[in-house]
Amino acid sequence: MAEHTGLNLTLRVWRQENRHAQGRFETYEVKNISTEASFLEMMDILNEQLINEGKQPVAFDHDCREGICGMCSLFINGRAHGPDDDITTCQLHMRKFHDGQTITIEPWRSGGFPIIRDLMVDRSAYDKIMQAGGFVSVSTGGVPDANAIPIPKADADEAMDAAACIGCGACAATCKNGSAMLFVSAKVSQLALLPQGRAEAAKRAKAMVAKMDELGFGNCTNTGACELECPKSVSIAHIARLNREFLKANIKD
Amino acid sequence: MATLDSKIPEGDLKDKWTNYKEHQHLVNPANKRKIDIIVVGTGLAGGAAAASLAEMGFKVKAFCYQDSPRRAHSIAAQGGINAAKNYPNDGDSVYRLFYDTIKGGDYRAREANVYRLAEVSNSIIDQCVAQGVPFAREYGGLLANRSFGGALVSRTFYARGQTGQQLLLGAYSALSRQIGLGNVEMHSRTEMMDLVMIDGRCRGIVTRDLLTGEIKSHFAHCVILATGGYGNVYFLSTNAMGSNGSAAMKAYRKGAYFANPCMVQIHPTCIPQHGDYQSKLTLMSESLRNDGRIWVPKKKEDAEKLRKGLITANDIPDEDRDFYLENRYPAFGNLVPRDVASRNAKERCDAGYGVNSTGNAVFLDFSYAIKRLGKDVVEQRYGNLFQMYQKITDQDPYEVPMMIYPAIHYTMGGIWVDYELSTTIPGLFAAGEANFSDHGANRLGASALMQGLADGYFVLPYTVQEYLADQFNVKRINPAENEAFQKAEKEVKEYINKLMSINGKNSVDHYHKELGKIMWNNVGMARTKESLETAIKEIKALREEFWKNVRIPGKADELNVELEKANRVADFLELGELIARDALHRNESCGGHFREESQEEGEAKRDDENFMYVGAWEYKGYNQEPELHKEPLNYQFIKVQKRNYKTGK
Ligand SMILES: Cc1cc2nc3c(=O)[nH]c(=O)nc-3n(C[C@H](O)[C@H](O)[C@H](O)COP(=O)(O)OP(=O)(O)OC[C@H]3O[C@@H](n4cnc5c(N)ncnc54)[C@H](O)[C@@H]3O)c2cc1C
Ligand code: FES
Repeated sequence: MAEHTGLNLTLRVWRQENRHAQGRFETYEVKNISTEASFLEMMDILNEQLINEGKQPVAFDHDCREGICGMCSLFINGRAHGPDDDITTCQLHMRKFHDGQTITIEPWRSGGFPIIRDLMVDRSAYDKIMQAGGFVSVSTGGVPDANAIPIPKADADEAMDAAACIGCGACAATCKNGSAMLFVSAKVSQLALLPQGRAEAAKRAKAMVAKMDELGFGNCTNTGACELECPKSVSIAHIARLNREFLKANIKD
Repeated sequence: MATLDSKIPEGDLKDKWTNYKEHQHLVNPANKRKIDIIVVGTGLAGGAAAASLAEMGFKVKAFCYQDSPRRAHSIAAQGGINAAKNYPNDGDSVYRLFYDTIKGGDYRAREANVYRLAEVSNSIIDQCVAQGVPFAREYGGLLANRSFGGALVSRTFYARGQTGQQLLLGAYSALSRQIGLGNVEMHSRTEMMDLVMIDGRCRGIVTRDLLTGEIKSHFAHCVILATGGYGNVYFLSTNAMGSNGSAAMKAYRKGAYFANPCMVQIHPTCIPQHGDYQSKLTLMSESLRNDGRIWVPKKKEDAEKLRKGLITANDIPDEDRDFYLENRYPAFGNLVPRDVASRNAKERCDAGYGVNSTGNAVFLDFSYAIKRLGKDVVEQRYGNLFQMYQKITDQDPYEVPMMIYPAIHYTMGGIWVDYELSTTIPGLFAAGEANFSDHGANRLGASALMQGLADGYFVLPYTVQEYLADQFNVKRINPAENEAFQKAEKEVKEYINKLMSINGKNSVDHYHKELGKIMWNNVGMARTKESLETAIKEIKALREEFWKNVRIPGKADELNVELEKANRVADFLELGELIARDALHRNESCGGHFREESQEEGEAKRDDENFMYVGAWEYKGYNQEPELHKEPLNYQFIKVQKRNYKTGK
């Protein structure tokens, strides 16, 4: 076990009453934070401190606290999900910081994700994109036996790589164009790789991209920033596959 | 007064469900459009139910507290989902899955429900594959299986270590399709605050919009609760931070019976606790027990040196390692059911063999598997779990054994339901972890996902129709013009005002943590008459203190996370007592419920003569003793035996 040492930290936290209010940074001090604590546990300690001082706690999203629900977010010192690779904010631990450090904590900033309060943003746009076509059109019952269609292991594995997306929004938040292409391509690619999803592959690509554009996300210019900050290492190769499906859809039209 | 009629259909076990479906009432397609159904919760159970019912033509309103239905805690399930496909040809069958589930549940579950669960299990896998769920496959392109605790066959389907995520995203995609088509009205970031009752039937719910604080009510011809488990009573658990028992408690107070609340599962393989500020415990999937070997040192002095950090696991030679599960339970070894694995870990640690600085941890060692299979294979099977472990603990499980300890994980108890998943309130159904139905006193690994999806895809879509068949005549009610709805809204507002006006000294978390300590110490892995009586007394006192001294900053009519937590903790403070009461009355050891008074040669001793029933509690008012009702369990198709994981016979 790593040693339990206490960190004294200065936090610069973005505070904003609501979507339309003017936001600002507030500075707080937290003391004696264990390096074994998670980043969000440190935030809990800050909030407990604020409540005891009769102040408003900082609002931030989180739920599973094990890196899978995609509810947590945060830019920490300028990086989506903080200074570690392949993790979500809730998996970040305080051993990544040092005593006396100043930590700047901001919400996702992206046209597609309006701020709700403090560090919480509205990501319902991702749900809407999914509703536009992120599914195979089958209803419950009356489907063939699961082993009726063999799927090459490599395809199943690659589909799983794409399906690992947790819909956290780090890709769009990190992208200088505010594009949600990595998110959209992960679903399009997963379903295009599987025979079950092939039938609607082109149509799906077109519908999801159209919805993404409509909701105010920017265009993809292949900067690759999304892939680097994706906590689930979803690859931009899926964007290439999406582009192929999208092209097919347009040729068909 | 409600009676406990389990409504089990007549006939042979194998024919019951078919008979039911063949003879039940249906709603004609034109009338389905006239019927509203509320589904609270969009995890596997609720998501699957909402999507399926909407596909059938009903008008569905679905609710969840997260910002998206894709984030329900089903997402966190790692290991897998069971089904009786028998693809590996290792002797599995519907009967065997049924038998294992009843036996694993220590003969405290209802035969007919469990048989139906096993029967529909295969359809679940078919459905998920059709949706595009990327289950693991063999090189030949067919589906892969692995084994899980409590079974001698390989019947678990999985998608890497993210099975729950993939299944939930499957249900979410079906739900999204129905939302897009306008058949489901989705209310995210919305919490159910109460049920609305009209003439003895459930006709809707009152909700709080978590972003604005707005209190609103919604009408439906029937309501389905699929709100998950209540493990967070213990504060620290593998559940999500928002997982709660509130929806179930609101239903309980309105007359739904609460069954077997004391049946709580403690999972053997979680990352041990490290500090007071800790907010949750992380599960390491049970699938790890397929290839990991559990051990502690044979010599106490080695354990002491480990605790002081003077040596590491790798310094202890094989002959000094005590593979206690393999030695004590040769037939099942490391794959004994969870309750057995948990109690044995606690027993070894209490005896002084714990291996981390707190003395509350045992090793889960992969060095043997790496030698046998190679690092690549181990990485392929468990790579993401190893990464997760390393990110949390800063230790590399490829190099040193993992350290694990039991933690609260799952609640077998829940809202009492009959064969139709109907609660004791007409028009109110419960599904998934929120009901008590299929797992008896202990749930087998990979069976909760199966149950959630069975309830949602294949059971409720039939059984709610039996209830709704004569309901299409009931006109939709506009809550704004209805007295019962207005009264329910007013009561919720008053309740919230009462919480807000306490304005005391301590944060909500303070009370939640205190409750957690009482529960873990007295109503945890080993329970006694004294510990349970202590718990009841202490919880009552804590509850009184909470209502005098909790501090909730901010206002009620805005986003207020502390108010959300206070509402949940207020319910936990009553539920905790109910759990302790149920545990106190059940003077036997069965499954996850272990009474120290009831053991035989160090193993749990069940008392079938006196306790072979479901204990269902009826609410009698705040601070009043609830009334116990019993649903006897009559095993007609299975021979009740002592659970034996030692000999394999
Ligand atoms: C870490 C972990 C790993 C697991 N691994 C496995 C496994 O490998 N195999 C297996 O079979 N089982 C596993 N389980 C158990 C299994 O995941 C759960 O029992 C199951 O997913 C529960 O599904 P559910 O639909 O009943 O509830 P949940 O998925 O918990 O969904 C509850 C829903 O109810 C909503 N809700 C709750 N309260 C309210 C309220 N008051 N108002 C409005 N909405 C509300 C939530 O927003 C959510 O949508 C695991 C559990 C955990 C915690
Ligand atoms: S809280 Fe669920 S991913 Fe971070």
